[in-house]
Amino acid sequence: MSESHDGAVVVAQDVTRRYGEGETAVDALRGVSVDIAPGKATAVMGPSGSGKSTLMHILAGLDKPTSGTVGIAGTEITTLGDNDLTKLRREHIGFVFQFFNLLPMLDAKENILLPLTIAGEKPDDGWLDQLVDDVGLKDRLSHRPAELSGGQQQRVAIARALISRPTVLFADEPTGNLDSATSAEILELLRRSVAEYGQTIVMVTHDSRAAAVAHRVLFLADGEIVRELGECDAHTIHTVMEELAAA
Amino acid sequence: MTKVALRGLAGRKLRAVLTGIAIVLGVAMISGTYILTDTVQRAFNNLLVDSYAGTDAVVTGKGLDISIDGEKPPPPPVDASLLEVVRGVDGVALATGSVLDERNTKILTPEGESVNSEGWPTLAFGIDTDPALTQFNPLNLFEGRWPASDDEVVVDVGTADKQDYAVGDTVEISTLQPKRPFEIVGVAKYGEVDSLGGISFAVFTIPAAQALLGREGQYDAISVAAGEGVSEDELVAAIAPALPGDAEVVSATAEAQEQADEVSEFTSIFRYFLLAFGAIALFVGAFVIFNTFSITVAQRTREFATLRTIGASRRQVLGSVILESLVIGLLASLVGLGLGVVLAEGIEALFGSLGVDLPSAERVFKTRTVVVALAVGVGITLLAGLFPAIRATRVPPISAVREGATLPHGRFHRYTPWVAGLVVVGSLLLLARAMFTDELGTGDRLLSIAGGVLLLFLGVAMLSSKLVRPIAAVVGTPARRAGGVAGTLASGNSVRNPSRTAATAAALMIGIALVAFIATLTNGMKASNREAIEEQVIADYVVTSLDGYTPFVAAAGEELAASPVPDVVTSVRSEAGQANGDTAEIGGIEPDTIADAYVFDWQDGDDSVLATLGKTNAVVSSNWAEDRAIGVGDKVTIRSTADKTAEVTVVGTFRPPPFYPLLESVNVSTELFDSLYDRPRNRWTWANVADGSTDQTRAQMEKAISGFPDTQLETREEWIQREDSDFNEFISFLYVMLTLAVFVSVFGMINTLVLSVYERTREIGMLRAIGMTRRQVRRMVRQESIITALIGAAIGLPLGIFLAALVNRALSEYDVRFAIPWLQLGVLTIVAIVIGVLAAIMPARRAARLNPLEAIAYE
Repeated sequence: MSESHDGAVVVAQDVTRRYGEGETAVDALRGVSVDIAPGKATAVMGPSGSGKSTLMHILAGLDKPTSGTVGIAGTEITTLGDNDLTKLRREHIGFVFQFFNLLPMLDAKENILLPLTIAGEKPDDGWLDQLVDDVGLKDRLSHRPAELSGGQQQRVAIARALISRPTVLFADEPTGNLDSATSAEILELLRRSVAEYGQTIVMVTHDSRAAAVAHRVLFLADGEIVRELGECDAHTIHTVMEELAAA
Repeated sequence: MTKVALRGLAGRKLRAVLTGIAIVLGVAMISGTYILTDTVQRAFNNLLVDSYAGTDAVVTGKGLDISIDGEKPPPPPVDASLLEVVRGVDGVALATGSVLDERNTKILTPEGESVNSEGWPTLAFGIDTDPALTQFNPLNLFEGRWPASDDEVVVDVGTADKQDYAVGDTVEISTLQPKRPFEIVGVAKYGEVDSLGGISFAVFTIPAAQALLGREGQYDAISVAAGEGVSEDELVAAIAPALPGDAEVVSATAEAQEQADEVSEFTSIFRYFLLAFGAIALFVGAFVIFNTFSITVAQRTREFATLRTIGASRRQVLGSVILESLVIGLLASLVGLGLGVVLAEGIEALFGSLGVDLPSAERVFKTRTVVVALAVGVGITLLAGLFPAIRATRVPPISAVREGATLPHGRFHRYTPWVAGLVVVGSLLLLARAMFTDELGTGDRLLSIAGGVLLLFLGVAMLSSKLVRPIAAVVGTPARRAGGVAGTLASGNSVRNPSRTAATAAALMIGIALVAFIATLTNGMKASNREAIEEQVIADYVVTSLDGYTPFVAAAGEELAASPVPDVVTSVRSEAGQANGDTAEIGGIEPDTIADAYVFDWQDGDDSVLATLGKTNAVVSSNWAEDRAIGVGDKVTIRSTADKTAEVTVVGTFRPPPFYPLLESVNVSTELFDSLYDRPRNRWTWANVADGSTDQTRAQMEKAISGFPDTQLETREEWIQREDSDFNEFISFLYVMLTLAVFVSVFGMINTLVLSVYERTREIGMLRAIGMTRRQVRRMVRQESIITALIGAAIGLPLGIFLAALVNRALSEYDVRFAIPWLQLGVLTIVAIVIGVLAAIMPARRAARLNPLEAIAYE
């Protein structure tokens, strides 16, 4: 079980999630409580079907828990309507996806700026320049996604998630669709965003090396948090995963 | 978001273009119709303005205020002595008398045929061409001079051009008298108009016109110009008291207005007729747009979800899809508007090929045309795109992280079959109301039918997603049996997404249903037509005017009767008039001979009553009599358009076949008829030959009527077949117009296939990777297309037959046969297959071109 932190930006309490009804019902989460501390990276790990993705979807307000509460930046989100959720996403949430999810008809710069465009806000040019520099896309800004490599596309996606300086960035298997060398670059980028900008990150992954970037690693199995580690290396994480898989 | 929407559109150009075409064609039809009918209207209006330019009032005979099929019979002539009376009225500056006959004249081509295509008149003028009276003359001399003697004539520019007639040439013209030669001394235009469509004219001297057209000592009109400071109304008020009871005076403005109203009534009927086809095309286009947007929205599920996760609201998603349809609708409507100009020429040419030349003027492009075309085009696109747009807003953000996420069904999805059922029931109620409610006005009835058919198509289309599986199971059999693996896959593909296949097939279904409807209904009509003629007529030969229905100069029948060849000749006169105060077509029959050619089905009486007709009796049709509770022994007062009356006693009632009665409702003897009408015309002249017909006897009879080039001689069988082929011509015209709607649905099919191929890129790559050949891929797509087309036919054909049966039922009082044209429907099914093959060409090529490796790597 996780210990409580004051000033947590994401707080989940006794979250359960049941899919379906009656005999065929599946309990994806069976009472999970978790606090996400600001300025830290938290990794959520677990074998397939452990409920780790469901947990992240619920924390990010993409899915609603069957019971329990979730707060983001002090707002209880499980009861919010669609419009308030949209507003919350604009102000507090950034997403990085496994398949990048860039808009193919927009170039890299337009993709990065899209959250601001949608919210009708003006970009902060200094911040944009810095971000583009940091993700290393300076000479790729006018390229369309189809003209970029997978790693470059994910850099665009990370910059897009960071452009609005969200309270928390949710990453869903950010390296799941990349080779190991590119994965390392992307993970370094995420690590630096925590170190340099103080970005809060919640990342779902089954890649031990990805989880090793985090300050804290939560392990889920059968819809419950079964282990928790602090900062540690990939090997330790891998060992824990092996144990869980064997259990 | 605007940028996202516009960029997205730009990134899917092919799809946008294919979607847009669905609207382009319908809008083009609408703008083309407006351009064409406005132009025709302008041509006529120019004519009227020219006609009355120098005239303030017109004196004519007082005619009966009746109209038959929307047309008023021309007023009777006035006595020529009236001209001097009018000239003597205070306030009259100038006046002239003129002769104008619209019915009895034909100019001949050098080959001896009438220059007029079917149904169009030659106007015969007798005009006083004294230079002092020029202001009354609607005609402008283009070449040569006006006629000065009885054997001189001026013809119109159109006829001179078409027939290569020049000043100095001789031309034959038939009037009430047989054709005879005239010398062309000039060529004239009506006002500034180059062509009056199919109308031609001939100008004679006044005495010649009076003699040729049975108006000795008469004028058809006296045109009057007011003196200085006298208004039109004052002029009319001054002239009226001076006129005898059988003449009347109207202001030139009122006269022009009345004619303008008649013209605009004609053009508006013509306009609505053509607009209907544009509306059908747009209706089909709406299906195509709905389907395309539905598919693209489904394919872009992840894109919309991503937008939602990064902060887009539902409203923004809705807005972006609506913006896309707005842009497509607007661009397509603009293109359609431009294409309308071309289409207007096309429709005109199409009418030309049917022998209907439309009058021409400078093309009229009104603001109204632009506004209506854009509003309708954009409106339909927005409406059709609205439901898919709303579905796009239902994409939950979580779909961004789920692979293979599908579009959730709308909240009301499960009610769809119920709604569809309600729509069908509603449509049937509307149709029933239109067809079986007696007291409905024509406009109301048409609206009910249009609305009912529209709803029926909509309801059937909504239900058809349920029909796709069973129908595909049947029509897909050949593909599965003979198409190998490609056929089996194609059959499976067609039912993968039943609502998509249904919407695609529905677009084609509409066109097929309408064609099947027309084919079935008209097949029955042709059968009824033949039956009606065979029942009534036992004559060997029939003489009609060239178009088969306009009455012709009675002298033609007399010429034939004078020929020694035919054994019996009998003519049937026909004119508009009044019977007991109601408008009626009055017929004149020859008591001694009519029964040799026409079989009366007597209700009350027998053939012997014919001999008693004399100048005091009449035979009437049973339905006319029953409606008015008139029977044998009752008196009927007949009034002719020349305002002569006669009282007759009914001596017999007969039952004409309801579908095609060849005799009029009220029939008197020719003798009485000719005393009521000054220039009688025949509807039919029937002839029997005693010892069977030979080529020689026929040639002799044709020669006998050759003085009247507007007439033709046919055997009964030829007559029936010509009526059939006239009918076929009209049906073909309807088919050509419906092609537009079918075209639109073909683009819908192409679009769906392209999108499906795109969606199955991975799958096709996999199939190629495990050994499917390009040829097999192409066949797979083609078979799916054919199955979709056949589903459209399988729903459309029965629907069309059903509609035909319904209309047939509504027309039961006309005793229309119901005969399903199996052969034509079979051909239509083959056409559907061909459409399937054609629609698949491009998508199949794209599918076959996919590189297996890239296709698998595609994401």
